[in-house]
Amino acid sequence: MKFTWFHLMPWPHLPDDFREKHRSVWVDIPSTLYDPVRGHTVYNDYLDQLEYADSLGFDAIGVNEHHQNGYGLMPSPNIMAAALARRSSKSALMVLGNSIALYNPPIRVAEEFAMLDVISGGRLCAGFPVGTSMDTNYCYGTVPALTREKYAEAHELIIKAWTQDGPFPFNGRYNKLRYVNCWPKPVQKPHPPIFVPGGGSIETWDFCLDHDYNYSYLSYSGYLRGRKLLDGYWERAAQKGKDDSPYRAGFAQIICVADTDAEAEKLYSEHASYFYNRCLHIYGGFADAPGYRTIKTLQANVLSQMTPTEAAKLPLTPWKELVEQRMVVAGSPETVRQQLEELIKGLRVGHLFCLFQIGNMPPEKVRYSTKLFAEKVMPKLKNIWADYAHDNRFWIKPLEKRAVPARLEEAAQ
Amino acid sequence: MMDTRTITVSDGRAKIQVLESGRGPDLVFFHGAGGATQADPFLDALSRRFRVRAPLLPGYGESDGGDHFRTMLDITLLGLDILDALKVDNPLVVGHSMGGMLAAEMAALAANDIKRLALIAPAGLWLDAHPIPDVFALLPADYPPLLFHDVKLGEQLITAGVNLDDHDFLRAFLIQSSRQLGFAGKMLFPIPDRGLGERLYRIKAKTLLIWGDDDKLIKPVYAKTFREKLRNSDYVEIKNAGHMVTLEQPEAVIAALARLAA
Repeated sequence: MKFTWFHLMPWPHLPDDFREKHRSVWVDIPSTLYDPVRGHTVYNDYLDQLEYADSLGFDAIGVNEHHQNGYGLMPSPNIMAAALARRSSKSALMVLGNSIALYNPPIRVAEEFAMLDVISGGRLCAGFPVGTSMDTNYCYGTVPALTREKYAEAHELIIKAWTQDGPFPFNGRYNKLRYVNCWPKPVQKPHPPIFVPGGGSIETWDFCLDHDYNYSYLSYSGYLRGRKLLDGYWERAAQKGKDDSPYRAGFAQIICVADTDAEAEKLYSEHASYFYNRCLHIYGGFADAPGYRTIKTLQANVLSQMTPTEAAKLPLTPWKELVEQRMVVAGSPETVRQQLEELIKGLRVGHLFCLFQIGNMPPEKVRYSTKLFAEKVMPKLKNIWADYAHDNRFWIKPLEKRAVPARLEEAAQ
Repeated sequence: MMDTRTITVSDGRAKIQVLESGRGPDLVFFHGAGGATQADPFLDALSRRFRVRAPLLPGYGESDGGDHFRTMLDITLLGLDILDALKVDNPLVVGHSMGGMLAAEMAALAANDIKRLALIAPAGLWLDAHPIPDVFALLPADYPPLLFHDVKLGEQLITAGVNLDDHDFLRAFLIQSSRQLGFAGKMLFPIPDRGLGERLYRIKAKTLLIWGDDDKLIKPVYAKTFREKLRNSDYVEIKNAGHMVTLEQPEAVIAALARLAA
């Protein structure tokens, strides 16, 4: 079982009346709410937390890409991964990922990911999301109905750039490049493991299964609701005659650990409330630009589409319900272990993207929860998929001898 | 009620449903982003004065094949292929909103073929001082006040019977919206300007611009910019009408079209 300590990097200073005064945390959130001086501390705290997770033995530390988003302050996750590459030593760098349809030309992703893989000595997990409609269409202006075609072409170009000797011409519909020539190339051969975070489009299932890429369902609605979607994914894998290695799938989950269940509520409920009330306050008109989802996905009804009335109720959900519905897995180490075992086995996932920092949670609480998890929960879940220990298709293959940054080496002596 | 038939155009790539009815001068109508149906009251009224043919773009009604058309040029050529396939001699070409943008693009490209053109509140230009609201980020309840002068009428025509709290209805609504606006997005998303302003000079057709005086989506001030760029244009502004001037004041629109056809 692989555990990724995953950061969203939310802005922790959204005002108390954010919901009342503003229609969305994403796309048209007023830029005046951001304060770069406070942002300096926020970024550095968040990077500290990721480095701390590396020191505690998490399999990976994870970052992602969002734009114009009050709960995701990483328009360029590669910058964060670059900072982490030099300040971490063991964990994989899970960049989940670069929205490849947005890069022009997408060869930029091939280059930057290769740089990260080389700097880190082959520790990169390369994420290729189609990208949310908010980021891809509303923020970055991609025509919704062309998003998937651009994505497919970008993917083809990047894989060719990594695996074929250059230079070579690429005559795509959206990319015309006379001299494709990726310098540097990645350490990992034929290329770093590819992770595709999905929001529920069934085309993405086939894409992952056909290429043996990991499919990870990222939602904040917890594993009870995630079950329906992952059941669909595994059904599709069986139809296509694919093996059922749990490493084909991943899931994101908010996790809060304390000494007791009661202490968890006391410590973390205000931050869960901040996250669900303010960070997920997204204007309905930005949910899915028409044409972004395919008709096939809409007809398949795998998305847990909420009616406007249901969606309006959601963010006001009290702690008790968040925990009961497992949107938040919270409590004592034993409570968390039990629930996560249920999640891991129930969804059949080999990768868990653990969200410990939620909303406006301060660094000391993040460390406390993370440490308890690393010491008292993670070791007990580590060997759940022991039968699949040989399956290295979905994981990094780092160099055995890796350079150590000089200042870290000095500090260690 | 309009008659309907289906034609195949563009080397077999598109299947196009054509609504048709009426007697009189030939008129080809290109609909806006909201589409048109057999029961469209404007087309019905129009067909009392004209021989109307209203092709539906891919994603609308039974028309299909939209995946083959990506850019404004692709879609403009599709429009011209449709016009060829309809085999009408020197028709009055009319377009509303997105359809007006398309008709203008067609008339700019095939400047010698299209001789009379009517653009009803056409999209296609962008003025920084008068930004057009983002129709791709609206909730259903936002449409009537934006599109109609008479908001009550708009509610009757657009949101009556819409119950987004019903899961089945919501899904059907999302599928229809995805088909229609998914295709419209290729012309209109995120800003409805594909360079038409640089091509308007090519249009040789006698062009009539028609606008509702209370159009809150594409404000009547856009007519001025169109007229500055067109060689030969006229302008009719219709009172007490919003962007859906075709539904709010159909007789006034039809009277203006009849004058152009005469």
